[in-house]
Amino acid sequence: MGQIMKNITRVSIWRWTIIAFVGAYLLIPVFAMLEFSTRGAPGERSTEAWLAIPTFPKLLSSISTSLQLAFIVIFLVVFVLVPTMIWVHLRLPNLRRYMELVCLLPLTIPAIVIVVGIAPTYRALYQVFGSSPLTLSFVYFVLILPYSYRSISASLLSIDSHTLSEASRSLGASTIRMISGVIVPNIKVGIMSGAVISIALVLGEFTISNLLNFETMQVVINLLGKRDAATSVAVSLAALVFAFILLAILPTANKTRSSKLKTKRKVEAATK
Amino acid sequence: MSQDIEVKLIGLSKTFGEVRALNNFSLEMKKGEMVALLGPSGCGKTTALRALAGLQALDSGKIFIHDEDITDLPTSKRNMGMVFQSYSLFPHMSALENVEYGLKMRFRKVSSTDREKRSKELLDLVDLASHMDHYPHQLSGGQQQRIALARALAISPNVLLLDEPLSALDARVRSQLRDEIRRIQLEVGITTLFVTHDQEEALGVADRVGVMKKGVLEQIAAPAELYDRPATSFVAEFVGLTNPIEGEVRNGRIGILGQDIEVLPGSVTLGKAIALIRPESISLSKDSLPTAQVVSVSFLGSMLRVVLKLDGGSLITSQLPSSENLNYQVGEKVSVRIVPAPVFAKAL
Repeated sequence: MGQIMKNITRVSIWRWTIIAFVGAYLLIPVFAMLEFSTRGAPGERSTEAWLAIPTFPKLLSSISTSLQLAFIVIFLVVFVLVPTMIWVHLRLPNLRRYMELVCLLPLTIPAIVIVVGIAPTYRALYQVFGSSPLTLSFVYFVLILPYSYRSISASLLSIDSHTLSEASRSLGASTIRMISGVIVPNIKVGIMSGAVISIALVLGEFTISNLLNFETMQVVINLLGKRDAATSVAVSLAALVFAFILLAILPTANKTRSSKLKTKRKVEAATK
Repeated sequence: MSQDIEVKLIGLSKTFGEVRALNNFSLEMKKGEMVALLGPSGCGKTTALRALAGLQALDSGKIFIHDEDITDLPTSKRNMGMVFQSYSLFPHMSALENVEYGLKMRFRKVSSTDREKRSKELLDLVDLASHMDHYPHQLSGGQQQRIALARALAISPNVLLLDEPLSALDARVRSQLRDEIRRIQLEVGITTLFVTHDQEEALGVADRVGVMKKGVLEQIAAPAELYDRPATSFVAEFVGLTNPIEGEVRNGRIGILGQDIEVLPGSVTLGKAIALIRPESISLSKDSLPTAQVVSVSFLGSMLRVVLKLDGGSLITSQLPSSENLNYQVGEKVSVRIVPAPVFAKAL
């Protein structure tokens, strides 16, 4: 008995040591950023850097651009990548290997090579879409493919999508309703993980936008860092917190629906 | 076409690479009838069911429901209720929402109140109304299949298709659910196609059983007829157990173990052949001249299985009521007699 308790205590100590180490590794830089961005006169705290964020005209517009880019990329993930992946998974399983290969390819190509490769394409794009920084969404969509593909693919493989789709079709659902009403809700976690990773990547991307001369959040933060380091760190920290919030929202999505159903039944029982 | 015929499959053929899954397969089903398709893995029974559901494209053949050609109709427009082998409930929906799903898809003008009422009736039918708010992961395998049955029936389908719905369940639940499926099928009066590789399941619930081999329907008949009067040696050997005993066929009868037994149509008509004798058609006695020796006796509850060595050296199995448990001992000499019912005789 005493030996078992000793073993449990030993495992527990190891567990907490690892958690403390990883926690410190992740949180110390965040606290350092907070400390640096709120540093005032010696021995005092100041919100000056945070309050200065809206005063840099390019900063707000660049944040807006980056957020718009993130939403366009998510839109492309949800309405282009997800249906394509489901279609290939259900109807063209032989193409799955090739699709995986194509989707993982951006991971192996350095950003600088991608920029050199797509620069001529962007010159053509300017003629069609103008020089809006939102055109970056095309290249960002390619960049996030490996991450989104992996998380969505893992979700698709974790469910019996063939049987579910056949059950749905036999009950009268069209292909669109089958995808939107049966498959997508069951791979929601994968899609949301993919979307969150995509947002994080788009908000954090610097190389391509800088080389193509677009003023996205990271490009402006970089410029800002050269002039006002504290505000630059404050903006970076805000972006990080935004990504944390998204990750925190993710697991609550399923619980909300389940609790809604329970509430509905309680209301029905009360009114009977 | 006869008014009585609800479903007609004519000359269905389907090839997967080198394998002919369906080879000019035809089947008719009467209204309210339950037909079971029985056969070994890869015989084409599931392909036939999936073709009827519209989930499997055909190389050739026609499918009619109520005289209407539905061969090219998509699955979503065929109005077939289907229960799958694997658990197919939508995991993100409660039991009630699963049952409502088909009604939502097919009858968009039906109010949500009517939809819920109908779904609750169906859940009541499968005795799971108290589980309507449970999600699939909160239900046992048997409960999930019952909800799947309610979901399939909710849309008032033309035909109910059951694709080995019991194969993932344990023996006790399987037997209970099998009886429940039959009760509900008779109560609703729905034409049903039941695919299975389990002969006990097929013989136990279906009005008619079709035995398939390599994409061909070897025989379709009522369970008793299929068992007692098999049309081919494959049917005789696949459905139930048989003892192969060599004999000689002459004038429609085969001489085996000193007896002259009538042979069934389709059997060998002349010369040496192998008679396929059911274990329960072999009776034993100690009164007359011994012709075999008891090799082993197994007590199986309701029956007794006795393995015998014939004088010629071959082994046969007899199935007796378990009340005869103490009558025969291992090593004892006994006389073997065959019940004089027609048997199938296949070529040597």
